[in-house]
Amino acid sequence: MTDRLAAAGIGLAALVALPFLLPTDSYYLHILIQVLLLGLIYTAWGFMGRFGLVSLGHGAFMGIGAYTSSLLWNLYGVTPWLGIPAGMVLAVLLALVIGYPCFHLKIVGHYFALVTLALGQVVALLIIAGRDFTGGSLGLTPRAVGTSWFAVQFQNRTAFYFIALALWLAVLGVRHWASHGMRRAALEAIGEDETAAEAAGINVLREKLRVFVVSAAATAAGGSIFAQYIMYLNPETVSGVGISLQIVFAAIAGGMYSALGPTVGALLTLALTEGLRVLFGTSFIGAANTIYGILLILFIIFMPRGILGVVEQGLRRRPRPQAAPAE
Amino acid sequence: MDIYLLEAVMNGIMLGGLLALLALGLNLIFGVIDVVWVCYAELVMGGMYAIYWLHAVYAWPFLLACAAAIVLVALFGLVLHRLIIEPILGSAPINQLLATGGMLFFLQSFATLLFGTDFRNVGIRLPVIDLGEIDLSFARLLAFIVALVGAAGLYLFLARTYLGTAIRAIAQDREIMGLMGVDPRRIYLITSAIGGGLAGLAACLLVLQYDVHPFIGLTFGPITFMICVLGGLGNMFGGVIAAFIMSLIISIVGYYFSVEISYVLAFVLFIVLILLRPRGILAR
Repeated sequence: MTDRLAAAGIGLAALVALPFLLPTDSYYLHILIQVLLLGLIYTAWGFMGRFGLVSLGHGAFMGIGAYTSSLLWNLYGVTPWLGIPAGMVLAVLLALVIGYPCFHLKIVGHYFALVTLALGQVVALLIIAGRDFTGGSLGLTPRAVGTSWFAVQFQNRTAFYFIALALWLAVLGVRHWASHGMRRAALEAIGEDETAAEAAGINVLREKLRVFVVSAAATAAGGSIFAQYIMYLNPETVSGVGISLQIVFAAIAGGMYSALGPTVGALLTLALTEGLRVLFGTSFIGAANTIYGILLILFIIFMPRGILGVVEQGLRRRPRPQAAPAE
Repeated sequence: MDIYLLEAVMNGIMLGGLLALLALGLNLIFGVIDVVWVCYAELVMGGMYAIYWLHAVYAWPFLLACAAAIVLVALFGLVLHRLIIEPILGSAPINQLLATGGMLFFLQSFATLLFGTDFRNVGIRLPVIDLGEIDLSFARLLAFIVALVGAAGLYLFLARTYLGTAIRAIAQDREIMGLMGVDPRRIYLITSAIGGGLAGLAACLLVLQYDVHPFIGLTFGPITFMICVLGGLGNMFGGVIAAFIMSLIISIVGYYFSVEISYVLAFVLFIVLILLRPRGILAR
């Protein structure tokens, strides 16, 4: 355990030091910020995905977060410091409205996936239908005011880096806290056999709702900050089927059962997209996603636990003096 | 009755036939193999591109291009099952759904890579039928009729032939059938090919009404899954009913409000119905 703590400490120190080693307008810093922001969204998805709650509609929560804070700012001048929590609250409410009947009526597996798919479509379509406010398919740009803490807008990337890092750490922290002891055992039991878990005295409905709500809130927060950073929202890029599936696949490719897996997934997918873009320019639109699609299929067939899952399994197989912790 | 509303209703019924055909293929796979082909609408897209290239570019006669597209997509369905579904048949159902989701990504972006994002039209203009004050598109009527004929053909195949009976039997009890001398592997392959063929048939009908582009699958895909589930898995008749309910909602609400609102309502209705009747609208 001390090994792991030391490794985490060194990793954290490196992450904090990193922006001071790079120029503030660095392209790599730009990529890193996106890795952290997407990584935390993927982590939030994996938070429920690993217990068998596969959502194909997390774009709904990302879109709600992004559009709530941006619209409150553009229409009423409300600071994102209030807008982001507002988006999280809305996402939580939506998760409760969908989650409660689903879990109460034992909608699982395929069915839960399809319900969330429909949910993602509903939110994306409502954003498009509300084009008078949201700009519809043309997208929306938060009103720019230069560098301002009040507006959560910074010319300087370092500030965004630290906001992203803090939020990413917070999501990892929540994941760690919820993956401990009895709660983790309870959730794993639910993931494996709901009826048996119920019989063992676990309040299945409450545990599942908790996981869903936390995941939705974190995804909404990530979506908001992502919009603040990119300064452009579009129903296709922050909501809808495309982004929802992207979340699922990146999390799985990285390994949703490992704490850092989804972040590795974010790193991998961004490196792939950017690498191919640099290599081929824009003449091969679709090349990145073509390779991405093939990789996903291969991942699911040959290593469903993802990259980090395979790495961890390999490490665990090595004989050790003490029993290695499960995570 | 408002003449435009009547036109919307008629168009809704026509669309219902098409959606029913789409849902039928997916339903067959779902019911027999217990796998959701998330990329089903992308197979249709592939078929549409095949017809476009064969007919508009290589000047094959339209019907020959259609036949070729049906065979091609059927073969693709077979390969899809053999290469992607078969290795993971034993793992969690959600993995199969996700693997075909990867295929969706692949097909969409591969089509973008090959053909670009241009909208392509096969260049066949069918006449508009004048029914007094209502205009009815012949392409839609044709799609409706062919879809119903296709559905009836599938029904007869499943109900009257030995192979069809075996397919239905596997859908009911996959463990027992192996003991009865039916090779499930062969049945799965045949079912996948039929599912693909139905996607190819849908492509022939869609290509007459819509331009083909790499993302056209997203227009039909989600609604097709919903219809499938609403009808009840493996319940062909339920699927047809659900297709007409959905298409009527889409066209009537679309007439009064907007297309987006009509789809929102259809998806919300799906969520509500699946909660009320998880086994489908016709379940007892």
